[in-house]
Amino acid sequence: MPVEAPRKRQAAANEITIDAEGLHYRDLNELIHQAAAQGARVIDVRNVNGQRYIGAGLRLPVTIRLHGTAGNDLGVFMDGPTIELFGNAQDGAANTMNSGRIIIHGDAGQICGLSMRGGRVYVRGSVGYRSGIHMKGYQDKVPVVVIGGHAGSFLGEYMAGGRIYVLGLDAPAACPLGGGKEPVWRVPERCRSLTGRYTGTGMHGGAIYVRGQVDPALCGREAVISPATDDDLPVIRRDMEDYARCFGLDAGYILSVPFTRLAPKSHRPYGKNYAY
Amino acid sequence: MSVIKNEPVTEQPAGGLLPTGAVPAGTTGSPPRRTASPADRGSVGVERGGGVGNKEDLAKKTRQAVTPFRRMRPAVRTHPDFRVIVDEDKCTLCRFCVLQCSWDALGWDDRVVPFDENCVGCWRCVAVCPTYAIRIEQWPTMYRENHNWTRFIANSVRKQAGSGGKLLVGTGNDKPYPVYWDHLLIDACQVTNPSIDPLREPMELRTYVGAKPDRVDLAAYLSARERHFIPTDHRSVGDPDRSGDPSANGRPAFDRDLRRRLGIGPQLRLETPIMIAAMSYGAVSLNVQKSCARAVAEMGTYWCTGEGGMHPDHYPYADHTIVQVASGRFAVDADYLNRAAAVEIKIGQGAKPGIGGHLPGEKVTADIASTRMIPEGSDAISPAPHHDIYSIEDLRQLIFAIKEATRYEKPVFVKIAAVHNVAAIASGIVRAGADAVVIDGFRGGTGAAPTMIRDHVGIPIELALAAVDDRLRQEGIRNRATVIASGSIRSSMDVVKAIALGADAVYVGTAALIALGCTLCQQCHRGRCAWGLTTQRPDLVKRVDPEEGWQLIANLFKAWSGEIKETLGLLGINSLESLRGNRERLRAVGLSQAEMDILGVKPAGR
Ligand code: SF4
Ligand code: SF4
Repeated sequence: MPVEAPRKRQAAANEITIDAEGLHYRDLNELIHQAAAQGARVIDVRNVNGQRYIGAGLRLPVTIRLHGTAGNDLGVFMDGPTIELFGNAQDGAANTMNSGRIIIHGDAGQICGLSMRGGRVYVRGSVGYRSGIHMKGYQDKVPVVVIGGHAGSFLGEYMAGGRIYVLGLDAPAACPLGGGKEPVWRVPERCRSLTGRYTGTGMHGGAIYVRGQVDPALCGREAVISPATDDDLPVIRRDMEDYARCFGLDAGYILSVPFTRLAPKSHRPYGKNYAY
Repeated sequence: MSVIKNEPVTEQPAGGLLPTGAVPAGTTGSPPRRTASPADRGSVGVERGGGVGNKEDLAKKTRQAVTPFRRMRPAVRTHPDFRVIVDEDKCTLCRFCVLQCSWDALGWDDRVVPFDENCVGCWRCVAVCPTYAIRIEQWPTMYRENHNWTRFIANSVRKQAGSGGKLLVGTGNDKPYPVYWDHLLIDACQVTNPSIDPLREPMELRTYVGAKPDRVDLAAYLSARERHFIPTDHRSVGDPDRSGDPSANGRPAFDRDLRRRLGIGPQLRLETPIMIAAMSYGAVSLNVQKSCARAVAEMGTYWCTGEGGMHPDHYPYADHTIVQVASGRFAVDADYLNRAAAVEIKIGQGAKPGIGGHLPGEKVTADIASTRMIPEGSDAISPAPHHDIYSIEDLRQLIFAIKEATRYEKPVFVKIAAVHNVAAIASGIVRAGADAVVIDGFRGGTGAAPTMIRDHVGIPIELALAAVDDRLRQEGIRNRATVIASGSIRSSMDVVKAIALGADAVYVGTAALIALGCTLCQQCHRGRCAWGLTTQRPDLVKRVDPEEGWQLIANLFKAWSGEIKETLGLLGINSLESLRGNRERLRAVGLSQAEMDILGVKPAGR
């Protein structure tokens, strides 16, 4: 695939700017991989317009700043880099990511954080369906997904490890989701929950923390719902402070509402299904 | 789920099933005579340390064996499948069989005490007995014969009434469905167009897996050679391996350049068209995988890790390893993808199309957990679908995500189960950009599958393969992907017939396990395989010695390759390529016209 060199502009010794306008994803990714291999520390990509697989399988410690809308599978199989996206992401952000960080200043589409094994995804806005499905965790790796707004159905289905937060930062203050005192059943159904249906179905590891209350009717049978305990607090605080720093938010405000925790009932949700 | 528990209903074992003295009071037999049996090499595991025939151990084993039996309600009690008969005249009282039986079917009370109800007919005891004193027999039918309510079906009902669980089983479909391989016969040359003597003439089995160009472009090839300073003479054209080979460093660059000029993807080179199908660490033991990895490396072919990740012990064989990406995404990271020779996306498996898999937590040992990169002891759940694949477009997205993550250096396979619409699905997969399509027929093996699904879902590989090959040819895209047939390839002749029906290569799984000792007892899902294949118990795993195991598999592949070459010779052709999709060289016996139409073969005699 021919690579058009003039689009690359050397800003500083280890900072590179790439103009993605009109570039096929294969060319754009080739440029990013080349730049990273040549020792760039920061790669600034302008005019991102739906290119897929940005940062796919990248294993070098670079920071990629994306301006525009990232396409599907942003940071898929990524291992180490930091991606900061000033815009929205489409489906599959952080798919099977191993380590690194993805900071999304807008919303993200479906299956954000699918099968993630490590690293962090911070979304300022909301995410679509099936986010955090089958997230894992392994040894010292604990994947963390923080969703600033709300999440679609099937959040954290088959979750095996890691932490998902749903903050509802933009929910109306009167609503229990925003920390108001109104009981859940008095709130109109469409905004009764920050999470959709089947939250935590088949969960067998990890934890989902929701800021405010959760409607149990919307959660899977394999999840236990309880208020976050004192043991959870230091972890929550650390994660929230980090998240708030990335977006210039006030961690104190985020932490002002108590969190609800969804945890797995068992590590073996389907252990009794078979006869020999 | 509420289930009526099988409470103990009787202290008195029912008539005649249990030998007297089954619950031992004490064990005082003569000291065991350890006659070394060749079959037993490397086989006595923890028992060796604990002392052979240790009184308490044996008594405990005997007690364990008898308890489950006592707990059963008579209504749901199934009779034993087998009867173990020990010839006391021949028995040397060495106790090997008792120690080697991992199914608690043999106890010890001064003599071998069989518990028939536990016997799975795995034949381990027979194989290790130095004097052939043990005989396993079918349990004689006790109730009235019934062709509708067969023994299997009635017993399934009893088991389920007792437990409320889904029936689970190991290995491939054992029901009497037609095996189309056995209805196909191969042509041979007589008088005109004489056969070729494979002892004298070279026979070409080499096979390349990967997308092929739409047409032969010699100009592109020659200019790539020129650009990489490879001298071009008539001998080396078409074979970059021969004289004028670029340096080891230059080769990948040349390959890449050539591929780019031809517009094709990377290729795997197989010296024989037989690869080992996905069997994951967890389903089989590490020693089985080690045997496979070494065998394929020696034979110049490939094996697939299955979805359980790639253990560091296999890294030396990474060049011959296909790694799998399944819905559980275990162990999948950029290193995993880039280390391997190729990547296989598993959508389905012939033995259990359309359903996921659960490796139960108790089998997730520390080593398996770290290979899969999951926490120890938790269920390893592979959901039924990939949660990012809901359409062919989504599949394309994953294929290209993997290609991007491997910088287009690895062929991407997609494996599907053979189902009704397989031809259309395969066409979609090829169009989605897969370099190879694996079609797994419904007789394919498995470490664990719900019995009813294994036995009733999917279609035979022969029909699926013929349909897929036809469809891809009709659409003019057959060259864009390699077709790999799997799902009960049992002999070299199955391979030849598969190739003639249109496959480029085959995957074998069960055949490799049989080479390592499997006796098809169908108990793989219980994790106690007496042959050390589908178990993680250290004492049992030791029974497979990878140093020996790889040779068994390599021998098998060598023998099959020899037979394939011989068959090519009698067909009067000297390369496998001339047989691919050459259905004219097959004839059918005992098939209906519709079946022959699908297979694209004529009846014998026409
Ligand atoms: S070793 Fe196998 S065949 Fe022999 S008694 Fe035990 S289960 Fe039966
Ligand atoms: S692998 Fe072992 S348990 Fe499975 S069928 Fe073969 S001998 Fe039996």
